[in-house]
Amino acid sequence: MSAVADSAIVPASREAGLKAAEAAFRATERRARLRRRLLPAVGIAVLIGVWAGLVYVLKVPPFVAPSPQLVVVTLAAKFDILMANLLPTAIEAICGFLLGNLTAIVIAAAFVHKKSLEQAFFPVVVLINSIPVVAKAPILVLLLGNGMEPKIAIAALVCFFPTLVNMVRGLESVNPQSLELMKVLSASKAEIFFKLRLFNAVPYLFSALKIAASTAVIGAIVGEWIGSTVGIGALIIQSTYNFDSAMLYATVIVGSAFSVTFFLTITLIERLVVRWQPLTTT
Amino acid sequence: MTAPAVECRDISVRFMSERRVVTALEDVSFSVPAGGFVSLLGPSGCGKSTLLRVVADLIAPSGGKASVLGATPAEARKARALGFVFQDAALLPWRTALENVELPLEVGGRRALAAGAATPRELLALVGLAGWENSFPHELSGGMRQRVSIARALLGGPRLLLMDEPFGALDEITRDRLNAELRRIWAETGTTILFVTHSVYEAVFLAEQVLVLSANPGRVAALETIELPRDRDLSIRDTADFVAITARLRAHLGSVH
Repeated sequence: MSAVADSAIVPASREAGLKAAEAAFRATERRARLRRRLLPAVGIAVLIGVWAGLVYVLKVPPFVAPSPQLVVVTLAAKFDILMANLLPTAIEAICGFLLGNLTAIVIAAAFVHKKSLEQAFFPVVVLINSIPVVAKAPILVLLLGNGMEPKIAIAALVCFFPTLVNMVRGLESVNPQSLELMKVLSASKAEIFFKLRLFNAVPYLFSALKIAASTAVIGAIVGEWIGSTVGIGALIIQSTYNFDSAMLYATVIVGSAFSVTFFLTITLIERLVVRWQPLTTT
Repeated sequence: MTAPAVECRDISVRFMSERRVVTALEDVSFSVPAGGFVSLLGPSGCGKSTLLRVVADLIAPSGGKASVLGATPAEARKARALGFVFQDAALLPWRTALENVELPLEVGGRRALAAGAATPRELLALVGLAGWENSFPHELSGGMRQRVSIARALLGGPRLLLMDEPFGALDEITRDRLNAELRRIWAETGTTILFVTHSVYEAVFLAEQVLVLSANPGRVAALETIELPRDRDLSIRDTADFVAITARLRAHLGSVH
């Protein structure tokens, strides 16, 4: 308290006091930022520690669950096989992602353009979406054969619904006064769509795309379970049947690493595209 | 005197809902002289915004006839003879201030400004936002956003500016400042202004004429010509003349409640 009173009286020390306060503020900020980065790493380290401890103490046999060390060794030793199997899964997930989302965007635009289309076909979409993925997969395998096509189709199907719903909402939830502005300016329907609705939908689209990035990978893996000799899904089935738990865990880690990378890529693109909203600091 | 900028004859507007018919406006007649500044004053729900939207061709009247600059409202709209300023600034958040002002050049078949018309940059300077061209709406204060929207409405030099409670959501200090600036902009551009408000002070300070509307249904309750000097600053609100006018208008508003 006395320091504040002093600095108010003497201008020179007031300047110094301000500098000190600023330095203290920056130090607190830095510490908070470091903590935000460090704490998640600590959480993961604890998880791995508990896992290693349990496997060691309970003497879990390797065909039930591997130790973390064994998984790391397997990851390194079988890296080529893992990558060779990641490639088809990645292609299926990315192709499915593009196909499903593009279709959803086009259909959302059609729904917004013609309300009667939405009223007729939205229930159909809901119906198809209500079928579980594991039930849709065999149907598509019968229809599309044993290649990549059914996996791409499944990945596309799981992406499709969230994007359609979000995109329709984004295209429709336009500020009514902005719509009136467009009418005062005698804008055509196409101009209203491309200058107003489409931009309005972009943040909605990205929240759907972030969901779709993870679900597309799940879709591709589930597709591979039904009938495939290559891919992350096939590797999961094979290592389970072989009681090769280390390989199973390594495969799962590779699969989720890809999923996370896909998600982060979409998040990065969102930050580059959606510049008009104040960004929340991470 | 030239032909009036806005001429409304017996305008009625009814909204149908499933249960009942709501009469928003009933037989409203008034006119706005070319180059004039008229305030539409009334309690909320009196249909003053509806009346503005009839003039802007956003709502078709159920009865009566509106003419804008000697043409129908639709013709005036298509000729870009009118600008509209909304209650919330209605800026597109993905566009910078400058890009928002330029929007009227990208839609409705307009691609270029007439020779001699003020450019978007000049209009931003006119509303006091020189240097803010590349800011996004979320980086601007509420008052600044409304300034951008006024600049946008002025693009192309409209002969009629319609303003729907543009300063209603702003704090009093910002509102006072923008009121003073709007008088200046009106004097500099020579455009006709029809201004909707529910503030008696704002209506009197800004306008040459105040049209008082009553509610349920909206009808013309009074028309008051504001006998104040053309050159006004905010201190005029403390003069005896100003106080007498506002007192008279409040009495009108009181009697219609």
